[in-house]
Amino acid sequence: MNETTVNDIQFGLDTFGDIPEGKDGRPLSYGDAIRQVTEEAILADQVGVDVIALGEHHRDDFAISSPETVLAGIATRTERIKLSSGVTVLSSDDPVRVFQRFATLDALSNGRAQVILGRGSFTESFPLFGYDLADYETLFEEKIELFTKLLDEQPVTWSGTTRAPLKDADVFPKTDSGRIETWVGVGGSPQSVVRTAKYGLPLMIAIIGGAAERFAPYTQLYERATQQFGTPTLPIGMHSPGFVADTDEDAARIAWPHYKASRDRIGRDRGWPPVTRQQFESEVVHGSLYLGSPETVAQKMARSIAALGVGRFDMIYTSGAVPADDRLRSVELYGREVVPRVRELLAAGSTDRSATTASAAR
Amino acid sequence: MSTIGILGAGKVGTVLARLAVQAGHDVLVSGSGDPADIALTVEVLAPGATATTSADAADRAEIAVLALPLGKHRSVPVEPLADTVVVDAMNYWWEVDGVRDDLTDPRTSTSEVVQAFLPRSRVVKAFNHMGYHDLEDGARPPGADDRRAIAVAGDDDLAVQRVRRLVDDLGFDPVVVGPLAEGVRLEPGTEVFGANVGVGELRAMVDRFDESERGRQVLAARG
Repeated sequence: MNETTVNDIQFGLDTFGDIPEGKDGRPLSYGDAIRQVTEEAILADQVGVDVIALGEHHRDDFAISSPETVLAGIATRTERIKLSSGVTVLSSDDPVRVFQRFATLDALSNGRAQVILGRGSFTESFPLFGYDLADYETLFEEKIELFTKLLDEQPVTWSGTTRAPLKDADVFPKTDSGRIETWVGVGGSPQSVVRTAKYGLPLMIAIIGGAAERFAPYTQLYERATQQFGTPTLPIGMHSPGFVADTDEDAARIAWPHYKASRDRIGRDRGWPPVTRQQFESEVVHGSLYLGSPETVAQKMARSIAALGVGRFDMIYTSGAVPADDRLRSVELYGREVVPRVRELLAAGSTDRSATTASAAR
Repeated sequence: MSTIGILGAGKVGTVLARLAVQAGHDVLVSGSGDPADIALTVEVLAPGATATTSADAADRAEIAVLALPLGKHRSVPVEPLADTVVVDAMNYWWEVDGVRDDLTDPRTSTSEVVQAFLPRSRVVKAFNHMGYHDLEDGARPPGADDRRAIAVAGDDDLAVQRVRRLVDDLGFDPVVVGPLAEGVRLEPGTEVFGANVGVGELRAMVDRFDESERGRQVLAARG
């Protein structure tokens, strides 16, 4: 890989706004948790992180249900970091409003707004906004179709079954650049990968368990599908959980109890048994948990980025109630140490990377 | 070698298709509609398998594998699956299927619900408890030290035998846990759900079900 491509790789930090513990060991209020994310985003901007992405959730363990509102606050206190949702649950939202909110964010941030559309890993938004889970597919399919039309920033004519039709509807504000950068987040459904290619949007793959390498066929599927549809083959991003501390031992000691509490809580809703320490450690070594010292995390990230040939890596840097101060430290280490080191490793390993790409293309 | 028809071209369906092709079977894969919609997915994710309609896959399959959302099982063609061995790899997942009391009733396993919908098919529960990425990474030749186990439950002995062989062909050790009603031991909310372990440990997990919260609930409901 040559120097330019390594420098083109984007590094992001993602959070759903987990409620962290304060200095007294008690959970922060929702307000403090949101302000904590704002401080983390400001630090991320200062230490050179390319993107901050905020997820949309409607559960008591996450503070962010309205990512673009938090991003608007961050916008006026940062200079260069891109401000993204991760993801916007389009199925239970109105595409016109989503466009308007992000176009507004784009204005406040001087063109740094970004949307990652997705179906979301949770579905609380469906009953909350009066949608039926049985309509999951239709809702997403119709709304992404409308949203991609809106992205052209021209009057839109559209009709479907999930919202009122539009006839020559002009939607405001227009953005300065003429287009909001829009990605699609996908969990592993092949048809979602194909759909993303069909709309000519870049693909963000959520890799939250198991080895990253097993997603190589999905990147191939995206590339082949874009060729078939005649849409541009855009960079692929990956998004995985992680946590950086000064040493491997510190990272595991700080993260494990909160990782377990959070996983087990979600698992109870989904029928998974409690997670074991052995599974956690196996995820760190073989799976998709980027946890440890800056060097450990950088090595693992460089391997995954090279194996999949992705152009963007976002780390979900919060998992459960990890204390606020440790989170801030993780953001700082990620920006100051991990990202430069990953770029260095990728630049040095250019032959490995071309070998991987060649074998994937066969 | 058999003809395996996989109904469902999602995460689990494409992984099972790939493993079945590697094992030397003829593999047909269908999605919810036009085969053209899944042709590229099948070509890239399960090279060697053929995309077709559900009716065709069901008709030609010697063993059919249901790998679609459980809430959509009633879209499966009933008649072409008569007398066929049908592997139920599905799980109740409320976030996809919606909240469905019929699929969480402790008195019936979800595989019994599927069997009731396909009265003339020979339904066997298998491949439901292991995550799709573990299925993909975990296939090993017989006798390998780190070979993982897949639980199998069914009422028809011959059908169970065929599915045991299929599990073995695909790279896993089969563990027979009993009739379809016992499939409840493998469902979401049990220790087995998500299990990616060897034979001994899987058997122990299946046995521990009786003392688990869900196990006691099921036993009480079934009297």
